[in-house]
Amino acid sequence: MDWRWDFTFETVIPRILPGLWVTVEVTVLSFFLALFLGLFLMLAKRSKISFLAFLAAEFIEFMRGMPLVVVIFFLFFVLPMAGIYLPPIWTGVLAMGVYNSAPAAEILRGGLQAVPKGQWEAAYVLNYPPHQAFRRIILPQAVGPVIPGLGNLLILAFKETPLLSFVAIPEMLDTAKRIASETYRFTEPLTVVGVLFLILSLVSAVFIKIVERHMIPEMRHGR
Amino acid sequence: MADEKIRFEAVSKRYGSLTVLDQLDLSIGAGEVVSIIGPSGSGKTTVLRCLMTLEPVDDGVIWIDGIPLNKELRSGALIEASPAHLRRMRTKLGMVFQNFNLFPHMTILQNCSEPPVYALGAKPTEARSRAVDLLKMVGMESKQDHYPAQLSGGQQQRAAIARTLAMQPEILVFDEPTSALDPETIGEVTEVIRALATKHSYTMLLVTHQIDFARDISDRICFFDKGRIVEQGPPDAVIDSPKETRTQQFLRKVAKAR
Ligand SMILES: Nc1ncnc2c1ncn2[C@@H]1O[C@H](COP(=O)(O)OP(=O)(O)OP(=O)(O)O)[C@@H](O)[C@H]1O
Ligand SMILES: [Mg+2]
Repeated sequence: MDWRWDFTFETVIPRILPGLWVTVEVTVLSFFLALFLGLFLMLAKRSKISFLAFLAAEFIEFMRGMPLVVVIFFLFFVLPMAGIYLPPIWTGVLAMGVYNSAPAAEILRGGLQAVPKGQWEAAYVLNYPPHQAFRRIILPQAVGPVIPGLGNLLILAFKETPLLSFVAIPEMLDTAKRIASETYRFTEPLTVVGVLFLILSLVSAVFIKIVERHMIPEMRHGR
Repeated sequence: MADEKIRFEAVSKRYGSLTVLDQLDLSIGAGEVVSIIGPSGSGKTTVLRCLMTLEPVDDGVIWIDGIPLNKELRSGALIEASPAHLRRMRTKLGMVFQNFNLFPHMTILQNCSEPPVYALGAKPTEARSRAVDLLKMVGMESKQDHYPAQLSGGQQQRAAIARTLAMQPEILVFDEPTSALDPETIGEVTEVIRALATKHSYTMLLVTHQIDFARDISDRICFFDKGRIVEQGPPDAVIDSPKETRTQQFLRKVAKAR
């Protein structure tokens, strides 16, 4: 196979690195958006107001059955029609954030359910006001069980970003395709993209392990 | 009775078609120590949970210091108590759970010093120094910076008792406080409870399967069956010469199990 190192280092990598930045930016921002929206979805689904709970449950089901590309295309073409013009990158963040808010809500709900009922009861009997019980007692214990699931979601989000190339958001794959069509060399750009994704997922895995070690009290104190 | 602290007045509790408490009447004097014994499923835990307002009751009224607990007096009529009323009333009540329910993400000291701060608005420094004193009282001062998972069951239960006392309740409720413990750590917990029953003025309501311990510390023993008090009286009378056949059967079974 003919592989050109000079082409790889002088053309491909310098051009793809900004795409790497876009990938990281879109992933991280959309991940936090998903967390934020997911928290509200989860609270809505648990809410005593049955209409809200119904809406949240339906939304989660709806998103679960929807391919991400459809959401991306939808926002990309429908938002401008509604008079909302966002830079493409923000449309991407919005699409992935909304899309991943559904699994995020489910993961967060699982974390809350992992806290034993006795913890709620102890907080209640000790007269914690409900919001303090949630903040001081329940939430800190829900964080631990939630981290592996959210870590997975983060890695999945990285892997979803190439879909944004369909709407010409200059992430890594989009940049690689441009280089390929200009130079008729496919091997180097696509290999570089692959290697960078590998590095991204390794880095996130290490990051998640570190967060896990710091956030789960039971792990710190050897239960 | 001089001062009545707690009164259950025709209290009923049902789960679906199952009647767990059946028109229960029970009156407990201030400073009195009452133990509840009885077969599994007879409603012992349910009595305590209703008193702690962890479970709503279906019928009847529970009174504390002559004030309705599960009801509220509004313009001459008794209506269902609001969460705010329940919360106010709970400041008099403290509960020790069978499985401790310590907060695993906090040290023993934090477990005892934070609830008064967040639930009563106590000053952190004062709450901390009182927590230290209470941990000393239950013999846990050397473990105050440990997390619950690092302690034995007996140590956790002693810490949980200190946490309950930190809220300065007047009434202490124990649900089988030694049932989840290894046999060799039961003694250290019963010693702490004994000290509370004899040296302090708490009104205590205790569910236990340890008949000898109940006899030791109680002013009165209530034998429960099917959501009713079948027999009650001074410990020696109920344990040594029970009048009811169901009490006799139960005590014989417990004696055989030991
Ligand atoms: N949340 C609930 N839903 C339905 N049934 C319940 C519930 N809690 C308790 N029960 C039932 O009520 C009855 C009394 O329960 P309770 O826990 O008060 O018994 P107990 O006397 O404490 O028994 P044990 O000695 O086993 O602790 C049991 O038959 C139990 O199955
Ligand atoms: Mg019980």
